[in-house]
Amino acid sequence: MAAQENKTSLEVIPRDNAKIMKIWKTAGILLAITAVEFLMAFTMDRGLLLYFLFIVLTIWKAKYIMMEFMHLGEEAKPLFYSIIVPLIFLVWLVIALMREGTDIFMLRW
Amino acid sequence: MSTTATAIGVSSKRGIWGGGNEPLKASYGKLMMWFFLLSDIFTFAAFLITYAAIRVSYPAYSGTMDAFQGSNEYWPIPELVFDAFPFFHGVHMPLVFVGLMTFILIMSSVTMVLAVEAGHRNDKDDVVKWMLWTLLGGITFLSCQAWEWSHFIHGSDNGAVLTYVNSLNQVVTETIYGANLVVNEYGPAAFAQLFFFITGFHGFHVTIGVVLLFLAFYQAAVGVYERRGHYEMIEKIGLYWHFVDLVWVFVFTFFYLI
Repeated sequence: MAAQENKTSLEVIPRDNAKIMKIWKTAGILLAITAVEFLMAFTMDRGLLLYFLFIVLTIWKAKYIMMEFMHLGEEAKPLFYSIIVPLIFLVWLVIALMREGTDIFMLRW
Repeated sequence: MSTTATAIGVSSKRGIWGGGNEPLKASYGKLMMWFFLLSDIFTFAAFLITYAAIRVSYPAYSGTMDAFQGSNEYWPIPELVFDAFPFFHGVHMPLVFVGLMTFILIMSSVTMVLAVEAGHRNDKDDVVKWMLWTLLGGITFLSCQAWEWSHFIHGSDNGAVLTYVNSLNQVVTETIYGANLVVNEYGPAAFAQLFFFITGFHGFHVTIGVVLLFLAFYQAAVGVYERRGHYEMIEKIGLYWHFVDLVWVFVFTFFYLI
């Protein structure tokens, strides 16, 4: 029992301010990208260019969340690739369903 | 280095298939959380791509922004649909409220990383503090979404005059206020259906997340993780919480911006 009670007090490691600053910096980047998206929604004309920029910025944000917040980059490489590589399948789903949607549009209107 | 390190000693009796070692140098719980999230990415991706497919199958609104009127003949412009803010009735504030919701969710993701970081340092006080902030962010986000849904369902003051097929299979023309699964004043029926389905499924994830956050907050506060000797549970729930934020980033772009 005595040995177990000793284990209850874990040693607290002091804060590493550089690490914490990096987290806040990432937060700043995410919020800044969102602000830019917001600005673009009201200043640019709707069209393919705007949509393309939105998607690029969104994937950029996703990269920050996965790499900095979820620490995926620090995991073992096989784990990293087994999460990232299957996402390639989505490329086909996008192509197939957009084609499908366009064809339905042609049939209806 | 990675090839020489035998992190968890593989006993000669059991060998590498006998258990007791960590594949990919991640614990069982973390590994399974990652693969669960991968499957969830596919689910949400399927929803959002379906949204895009149904959207391109309808004509886009082609008139000027000022003259916009909701109709089931064309797909609406989201910033003209989502333009309300609590306590500012009738004021046109496009996307301000969802912008605020995005801000809240990103901030709660930040406090979650800070909790995970504190967990690595075995700092119980910091973990409890940041978990509480994260929990607060999650509950605030859910409350915002409840308001957003309620406003979407009740609709604007003027509504829109629509001709549609009602649930009794009759063609009717009447003024529609708000939205349900059959008809809505903003656009084609599929617009509201997808709104309810996608933001609802995301909100369901947030709700589960809030329950898990509370659990982790409580267990950290009463010292369960301290007795256990590590704060890995905070890390696993953190992964889930960041994923909820990640999905919202995509929902925000595809549903509200484009």
